[in-house]
Amino acid sequence: MARALTVVTEERPGHEALSRAFFADSGRAHTVGLCGSPGSGKSSLINRLVAAARAEGRTVAVLAVDPTSAFTGGAFLGDRLRIQEHALDAGVFMRSLATRGMMGGLNATIFAAIHVLEAAGYGRIIVETVGTGQDEVDVAEVVDTVVCVSAPYQGDEFQAMKAGTMEIGDVFAVNKADLPEVERAVAMLKDALSLAPRRDGGWAPRVAPVSALSGLGVPGLCADVEAHRAHLEASGELAGRRRRQLRRELALVIARRLTRDAMDRVTDRHIDMLAGKTSDPVTLGGRLTSGRA
Amino acid sequence: MTPHRILIAKPGLDGHDRGAKVIVRALRDAGFEVIYTGIRQTPEMIAATALQEDVAAVGLSLLSGAHLTLFPRVVDLMKKEGLGSVLVFGGGIIPDEDVAALKKKGVAGVFGPGTPTDDIVAFLRARLDAAPAPTPKRRAAKR
Repeated sequence: MARALTVVTEERPGHEALSRAFFADSGRAHTVGLCGSPGSGKSSLINRLVAAARAEGRTVAVLAVDPTSAFTGGAFLGDRLRIQEHALDAGVFMRSLATRGMMGGLNATIFAAIHVLEAAGYGRIIVETVGTGQDEVDVAEVVDTVVCVSAPYQGDEFQAMKAGTMEIGDVFAVNKADLPEVERAVAMLKDALSLAPRRDGGWAPRVAPVSALSGLGVPGLCADVEAHRAHLEASGELAGRRRRQLRRELALVIARRLTRDAMDRVTDRHIDMLAGKTSDPVTLGGRLTSGRA
Repeated sequence: MTPHRILIAKPGLDGHDRGAKVIVRALRDAGFEVIYTGIRQTPEMIAATALQEDVAAVGLSLLSGAHLTLFPRVVDLMKKEGLGSVLVFGGGIIPDEDVAALKKKGVAGVFGPGTPTDDIVAFLRARLDAAPAPTPKRRAAKR
C-alpha cells in the first residue's frame, strides 16, 4: 500500500491504471480535513483524534500536507513530529505529502491518495492541509467534514466575519483551550457564525474549545465530528458533497494534464519571443494550451 | 522528476538534534523532501516510518555513543520490512574506528561533525539519482 501511494502521488509509470482500479472502491471512508494557520495545532489535534479513534477500535489513516519550497522544490515535512507516538500502531497509517506547486493547501494527487487508503480498508481518513491561513478553501471540496483549527489571540470578531476558511468549517476547534482568553475566542466565533446563513441542509457549525496539549475537550470535538457525519447522512447532504468532490477531482485531473502538457512544450525559444516582444503571453499561452506552439 | 524523499531520524536517548536540524534544512534547500520525526525514536519506529513514508533514504543522527548498537538494528529491521534497498546513512559523534564496522553493517555513509553539508547532498545525489527508485517488484509489505 505504501508503494501504491508513492506511484499515484508521484505519478510514476502505471499510476493511471492504479488510480482507475482504486477509484472503484472509493467513497467508503469518512474523510475529515483540518485547516488552520501555521502553529494553530492541527497536527497535535490529529494526534488526539487518532488516539480517540483507536480507543474505539477503528483504524485511521492520515495524509498530512506541508509546503514545497517555491525556490528549491524541496520540502520539510514535519507533521509526523506530533503524531509519531502512533508510529508502531498497525491500525494507524500516515503519509506526509508536499504541495509540489499546488495552491490551496493540498496536493494535486490528494484524491488518488485517498482512494488508495479507502481500498486498503481505512474507514476514517484525516487530511491535514498546509497552514496557509485565510484562503485555503480547497479542502471543502475534498473531504466530508471540515474542521477549522484556531487558537486564542488570533484576532477579533471582525477576523471571524471574513470570507475564506470561516465559510467552510463544519466544526471550529478553538485549540490551546488551556490558555486564558479561550472563552472570548469561542464567543467571538459563535457570534460571527450566528450571522452566517445556514448551509448544507441546516447544519449549524459547532465551536469546540479543545486543548491538544492536555486533551481537554477532545471528546467533545470527536462528538461534533461524528454529529456532522451523521447529519450528512440523515439530511442527504452527503450525496451532494460527494458530487462536489467528484467534480473537483475531475477538475484537478484536467487542470493537471492541460498545464503539464502545455508547460512541457515551453522552451527558451518561447521566452525569447516574449523578451523580444515578437509575441505576448496571451497569444503564446493560448497557442500552447491548444497544442499549436 | 519528483524530489527524493528522505527520512531523518534520531534513534536512542540523546536529545541533541541541532545536527539533525542542520541536515534537514540543508537537504530541504537542496531540493529533497525531508521528513523529520523528532528525538528519541526507537529503531522499530524508524523502520515503520520508513515503510509508511516510502522514502529513498534514511539518515540517522546519534550523539550518545550507541551507534554500533542502534544503527545496525535500524538496518536489520528495515530489511525485515522489505526495505533492504533503501539507502541508510548516519552522522553524529562517531569515532573514526567505528566507521568501517558501521559500513560493514549496511550504513552506506557516515558523516561526522564538520562535514560540509554539500558533501552529504553530493553523496545522496550520487546514490539516488543514478539508481531510480527501487522497483515495485520489491516485497509490498502491508501494515
